[in-house]
Amino acid sequence: MTRLAAAFGKGRPALVCFVTAGDPTPDATPAILDALVAGGADVIELGMPFTDPMADGPAIQSANIRSLAAGTRTADVLRIATEFRARHPNVPLVLMGYANPMVRRGAEWFAQGCAAAGVDGVICVDIPPEEDDALGVQLREQGIAAIRLATPTTDAARLPTVLEGAGGFLYYVSVAGITGKQQAVQASIDEAVARLKAATALPIAVGFGVRTPEQAANIARVADGVVVGSAIVEIVAQYGAAAAEPVRTYIESLAAAIAAAPKEPA
Amino acid sequence: MNAPNSYRAQPDDRGHFGDFGGRYVAETLMPLILDLDREYKAAKADPAFAAQFDDLMTHYVGRPSPLYHAERLSEMLRASAEPGMGAQVWFKRDELNHTGAHKINNCIGQILLAIRMGKTRIIAETGAGQHGVATAAVCARFGLPCVIYMGAKDVERQQPNVFRMKLLGAEVRPVTSGAATLSDAMNEGLRDWVANVHDTFYIIGTAAGPHPYPELVRDFQSIIGREARAQMLERTGRLPDLLVAAIGGGSNAIGLFHPFLDDADVAMLGVEAAGHGLDKDHAASLAGGFPGILHGNKTYLLQDEDGQIAEGHSISAGLDYPGIGPEHAWLRDIGRVEYDSATDTDALDAFQLLCRSEGIIPALEPAHAIAAVARRAKTMRSDQIILANLCGRGDKDIFTVASALGVSI
Repeated sequence: MTRLAAAFGKGRPALVCFVTAGDPTPDATPAILDALVAGGADVIELGMPFTDPMADGPAIQSANIRSLAAGTRTADVLRIATEFRARHPNVPLVLMGYANPMVRRGAEWFAQGCAAAGVDGVICVDIPPEEDDALGVQLREQGIAAIRLATPTTDAARLPTVLEGAGGFLYYVSVAGITGKQQAVQASIDEAVARLKAATALPIAVGFGVRTPEQAANIARVADGVVVGSAIVEIVAQYGAAAAEPVRTYIESLAAAIAAAPKEPA
Repeated sequence: MNAPNSYRAQPDDRGHFGDFGGRYVAETLMPLILDLDREYKAAKADPAFAAQFDDLMTHYVGRPSPLYHAERLSEMLRASAEPGMGAQVWFKRDELNHTGAHKINNCIGQILLAIRMGKTRIIAETGAGQHGVATAAVCARFGLPCVIYMGAKDVERQQPNVFRMKLLGAEVRPVTSGAATLSDAMNEGLRDWVANVHDTFYIIGTAAGPHPYPELVRDFQSIIGREARAQMLERTGRLPDLLVAAIGGGSNAIGLFHPFLDDADVAMLGVEAAGHGLDKDHAASLAGGFPGILHGNKTYLLQDEDGQIAEGHSISAGLDYPGIGPEHAWLRDIGRVEYDSATDTDALDAFQLLCRSEGIIPALEPAHAIAAVARRAKTMRSDQIILANLCGRGDKDIFTVASALGVSI
């Protein structure tokens, strides 16, 4: 069983946590990742910083700027992943980011680098399934999951295209918009998750705008995973290099709420 | 399938120009991009759409724009050439269009598409403000609300165009993220679009972005080359030897070049902005960039070895973009079009040369093309013809030029 499959097979919904690599500095990231794990994160999403994060709201945009200003390079991101894998052999790590830094040296180079670093999956915001040969093919050749996104605009006719070649889990972006801004109405999430589950055996993780333990618990009632990003990144913005402890406390509150959430029959 | 032996059959049905182009957007936008593709195909096949476009081109934009033989400029350039050398210089006068540049051609086409798709709100990005002004104008003309994203730095250096957009009823939103210029305005436009896909149409200002934008912008701008080709044949009985156009994203250039691509004897030259010089800060994506993915398409980008996007620099805010339309990337790689560059200083010299030789104040964007024309004319025989696109007028640039020349006004 892959690390990702195991993380979604714990008998309760998985908590998926995002931070931007190198925010506030490359040296500070490992402690923050450890805090995510200690707080109860089941899957780590490590953001690759990019100069032009056009799908992100102000919180993650600022995290990208802080990281790049601190000199974070692609080599640093892969090194952070490699070291994480050594410390946490069983916690799945997913890289998330934009196409250009991933394909700059060639998709094969990136896929091999991910495999060597022990990365389990890659979420690329701006490579849709129509352009899968730009990266997805190379990732799968290295045994790395090409994690796809579904959104409120992904209709029934399009869903099979999104699922073709998808791996790891399906990330349901619950809001048509950018990260960290508004949150979706719970009823719309319930409906979407039911629709997606009918179409795929992949676990469904729901994200965008999730901040409070209550929201996380509500999503956990219906979904296989809850993704939290901007709210964590905001804690990092506030506490900087000392963010590990407050991050751990916050993650614990989310993990507890998810563990206590009553599960609705599928 | 693309017809063989034609340079005019791109892109393929996935929007690829050779290795370039494509649809690199977030999933939220994909269904809309696919819709737009379907709707554009339907519009292309609809004679009523073409009729409406042509009518507005004639009566609102003021087309056809003149084809002008710049005899005095030609003479001046010939004076420093070897005997028998010094080509004739002709200009396609797209600076005479309503709103002062070629940008309006594309805006008319896209707003007709937006209306066809039932969209009720328009957004756009702008650098120098020419595309913003043209978008604001067509939004006023068709009564649609309009939001223009503009880098805060550009808002500052292009105040007259900001005021024009506001007069035309647009809301101008300054963008402070990143370098606060065109690339950041485009990011913010994409963020707005992804949050408002149900009612909003994004009028992209250049022949770049996700498919079908590079194709449809090219098609709308190709009115420049179609007119110029017919006008040149009528006036001289022959085709030009060399076409020249400035390149930022490349919409005026592809508009001029595309109808001539299969005319084997017509050479073409695109002129990028070399800023302070190609070894310093510049905006020449082909000369100094590498293939990559940004803003919906694969193309040449100014970037570092990690794929982080560099800031473009040019004295011309309209050329100051770190990418280039994907069709130019393809035309460069297959060798059909040659690309060169002109520095800020070259452009300033050419700007003044055209003012004094022909009584025409060009925008700083085509001043880059004129700089290249001045270099090339001397290397061509006096019976040869250069046709350059005068894609915008310089009223918006007089403050920038004055400041660069050390004049306070």
